[in-house]
Order: sequence, then structure tokens, then C-alpha cells
Amino acid sequence: MDDIRKKAKELLESHAVDVVIGYGEGTAGKVRAIFPRKAEDAEKLIFDGRCEQNLAVYLLKHEIKHMGKKAIVATTPVMRSILQVASEYQLTQDEVLVLGVSPEGKYVEIADFAAMEAYLKTQDFGIPAKDKAILDKLEGMTLEGRWDFWLEQLSPCFKCYACRASCPMCYCTRCFVEVNAPQWIPIAANELGNVEWHLLRAMHLAGRCINCGECGRACPLEIPTHLLTFKGVEDVKEDFNVVAGTSASMDSLLSSYKADDKETFIR
Amino acid sequence: METEKRSLSKASLATLIEQLNGNGAVVIGPQKKDNLVVFEPLHTLAEMTDEYIATTQSPKDVAFPKIERLFNYHVTQFFVDQEAPVKNYPEVVLIGARPCDAAGFDSLTAIFTWDTKDTLYMERLALTTLIGMSCSSHDANCFCTSVNGHPGSTHGSDILLTRMGKGDFIAEIVTEKGKALYDKYAGLFGPDSGEDKTKYLTEVPVKFDVAETVKKATGMFEHPIWLEQSLRCIGCGACAYVCPTCACFDIQDESAGSNGHRVRCWDSCGFGLFTLHTSGHNPREVQSQRWRQRVLHKFSYMPDRLSLVGCVGCGRCSRACPVDMNLSEHMVSIAEA
Repeated sequence: MDDIRKKAKELLESHAVDVVIGYGEGTAGKVRAIFPRKAEDAEKLIFDGRCEQNLAVYLLKHEIKHMGKKAIVATTPVMRSILQVASEYQLTQDEVLVLGVSPEGKYVEIADFAAMEAYLKTQDFGIPAKDKAILDKLEGMTLEGRWDFWLEQLSPCFKCYACRASCPMCYCTRCFVEVNAPQWIPIAANELGNVEWHLLRAMHLAGRCINCGECGRACPLEIPTHLLTFKGVEDVKEDFNVVAGTSASMDSLLSSYKADDKETFIR
Repeated sequence: METEKRSLSKASLATLIEQLNGNGAVVIGPQKKDNLVVFEPLHTLAEMTDEYIATTQSPKDVAFPKIERLFNYHVTQFFVDQEAPVKNYPEVVLIGARPCDAAGFDSLTAIFTWDTKDTLYMERLALTTLIGMSCSSHDANCFCTSVNGHPGSTHGSDILLTRMGKGDFIAEIVTEKGKALYDKYAGLFGPDSGEDKTKYLTEVPVKFDVAETVKKATGMFEHPIWLEQSLRCIGCGACAYVCPTCACFDIQDESAGSNGHRVRCWDSCGFGLFTLHTSGHNPREVQSQRWRQRVLHKFSYMPDRLSLVGCVGCGRCSRACPVDMNLSEHMVSIAEA
């Protein structure tokens, strides 16, 4: 951690970056994102097991995007998010400097996107065992059983959109749920509106979700919405051998055609 | 009316819940659901939990549901026929709302009646009897005492129960509505035990002086503090939707062919779309402006226009926030700015 603080301080002192996006102490034992812009504030940066929030979401937030050059404390999910949004032309290598953190909490020097791609090749992208167990259980259920499971899980949703707001890949300034000419899905948080919102969001993240699980963590009602996008992660790997967030120059899965794509869904 | 003190045993509360249900009331109370505590229909005392600081969501939906159907419509060649939906609102008895929750209805009522009376809200509220429950514990997010509240405040409750440790309850009958319920079930209540509720209440520290902070915040519209505080805000609506006083709503039409209905559903000033004009102009273009609106609406505009602070210090917004936006901390920093 001292290495990250030292590096952040140097970067701010030398004006190599204008802001560092990292973690600091929050209230009641929680951690929160902090944004040191002065060298002395780099002292407030921390890193420990509580630091789970996917900070990449801030890279595209208007007020921070326009602060100038950014450094970001980046765990594996943060790095994958950066590569994913870069592949979608939302971010360039010049805008962000990565202060890598290994799963053990050690500072990893990452020079550029190519180095990040190389580093990520050595990392495990597995879905957490707890989530994998639920996914496997769902897989074993009947279609009706799965439908009932999701109707029950999604029924308390009040559409605060914390899932969307917390997701680095949900950066659209106008989300499909807000398009009203025509109205694609009900705005109201009723049964149909909730199911359509979460299923369509999962579809929009197919081939883009990097399984950080932030949407599920962000939900104030603890709806496991991340399981829907995690399922997409498994499916695109199996069907197209695509793993999101591994390259800054990959094609968008759902909007690119390949002659050797499987077509087993056509019956 | 003058508050009347009685006692209520745990067994009698159980009977009360069953009799209320038997007499056709919808009884709503706090229940455990996985890691959350939520207000759900209550049929027996056994379903109710007393292990909660505040429920995850406020009980505001008894009078202001997340979706309310306003009317049905049918489109013909030249006309749109409207038909009001049948209002079969139930009689509700809300048990276990905290004093902060009870106070929250003051803000909602002030907003929903400040010019045109919102009949949907008023009719639902009129049918609701609120049996509040004093607080014997609090957490770091609680700050009712900083916004004119108190863990044992009777304000807003029709009847307030204070549990004597793990035993029976002190019952304070506060309003005519509470008296009406008491009169109907008087046999279940015992005489005043003479116990003072104070020793069963938690002590919530005062974090800021509300009058001073309101005055201060009112003059801070152009202050850089809004940007600084809201840098980590991701602009979701979690705070607004768990809030007992947030009253904003959106109007939507839901149609299938030529039939449909118009609904109102919760909305939040934290959303970018909230103030987006058809022209494309947005007077609150960035999150810092939306955060300022959220704070000033409760701590400046409502005190100014409606003569009450639009926050009851329940701390739900801070507990629900995925990025640790902490309202009392922010109010303290405004007070100290």
C-alpha cells in the first residue's frame, strides 16, 4: 500500500496527473472512493479487503472525466473495465494511468494498455464460488422454476438504477429504459417493468460484463442482479470464446459478424 | 388531544394484531427478509421482528405507493375516454414505524397539500393508523435529534409503544385516530404502569444545530462544497427511494393498443433525466447540481416554503448508498464550511 501512496504522491507532485482515483476510509467501517488532487492528500489512500467498489465507473463520470489526466487504483476488475470501455472508444490510453493492485494487495506497475493486457493474461477471472453455485442451481432448474425464481427476486425492485449507476459499462447518457418514442419497457417498477429492465440490461452487457459484481453489491435491496450478467459472461465464453475486458482493441461481440459464429440457436 | 398512557402486554399485542386482521384491516409491520428488514403484511406477532434500527425502506408507501394508478383510458377515433380507477383503499394499521418514520409523514403531507390537495395521498393516509415504536438502539447513521426528532417522540404516531426492555410495552395514545383504535380494543390494554419511558430509550447524539445549518446552507448555493461532496456520488436513486420524505414522482402512460392507464411512480432528483427539457437543455446538468438540489430541498427550500425541515434523520439514505454518501457527515461539513 505504501508503494501506491508513494507513487500517487509522486504523480501529483510532478503534475503527471491531475487527480488520483482511489479508496479512502469512509464512515462506520466502510471505505469510499476518494479523489486526491494535491500531493499531501495522497496520504489518505488506503487499500485492503474492503476495497471492492469498481472505481472504473468514475473515469467516465462527467466531473471527473474533465479533471484532466487521471491515475486510478486498479484491481483486476478495474483494469478489465478500462480495457472494455477503451475497446468501445470511451477512453484512451493517454487519459488514464493505472496504479495496479494484485489480488494480494501489492502494487503492480502497469505502463500502458499493452502491459495491462499482458498482466491480465496471468489473472483469474473466475466467478466467485458462491455465485457460481447459485448459477449452477438455476441451470438445473426447469424453465418455469427459473422464471419463478427471477419474478420473486425482481419483485421488490423499485428502479433506483443503482445497478446501472454503479456499472462502468453502463455509461450511456440515455439508457434504453429512458427512451420513450417508442417506449421499449415500462418505466414503472411493476412486474413486467422490473423483469424487462433487468433482462434487457443483461442483454446489453452480454460480451461486455467483466463480472465484477458491482451491480449486485450496489443494490440497496440486495437483489442478485449480477447473476443475470454473470450468466451472460459464461454463455459468451462458451458460445463465442469471448472474454470481455481483455483487450483494448476487441470488437463488440453482439454487433460484429463472424462467418464461423455458431448458429446452434437457429432451429 | 392530551396523550393518555396505558400499558400493553406482549400477549395483548399479539391478540391485537390478530383481531385487527380478523376485522379486515391490513396490518403492516417490520419483518426479516434475508439480510433486510422490510414492512410487510403482518398476520401474527411472531412474524414481526424488533431487531432493527430502521427498516431498509421507509413505510411511506402506505400513503405514497411506488406505483399509483391515476386513471384508465380508452382511445377512440376522435376522443379519449377517461375512467377513474376504483379506489378500494384498505384500512391500514402500520405497526413498528420508528418516530423518525412517523415524522416523515409530516413532510409528505406538507408537500402533497401545499397548494392543490393530493387526494390520493390524503385518502390513503386518512385510512392509516400509525402505531409507532420508540427506539432502544441506534447506529452511526441515525441523527433524528439533529433534525428536531427524538427516539421517543410521539409526534406523528397515533399510538406510540415503548418496549420495556424485553418485556411489555408502554402505550401512549396520542391522537383521536389512536383513541378510536384504542376504544375499539380497550380490553387488550392495561392501566398506566407508571413507568417512565425515558430509561428504555437510546440516546442519539446531536451532530449539528439544525437552525444554524439551515440558515448557512441557504446562503451556499454557489459553494464548491457541493462538487467536493458529490464527486463519489454515482447518481442512482437509492437514497430517494428509501427516504421517508422524498415525494417526487413521474407520470407515465402504460398502454396496450387503444386501452391504457396513467400511473405515477417514484422519481428522484438525483437522476440526470429528472430535469432534462425537451429542448435538450438541462438546468441540472451535472451530479453536483443534483446533489445540491437534494440537500437544499430538504434543508433550505422546505424550511422556507413549508416551515419544516424535510429530513427526519432516519439515516436510511446513508445505509442504502452504495458509495458511502453520508448525509449527517455532509450536513456537519456544511455547518463547518
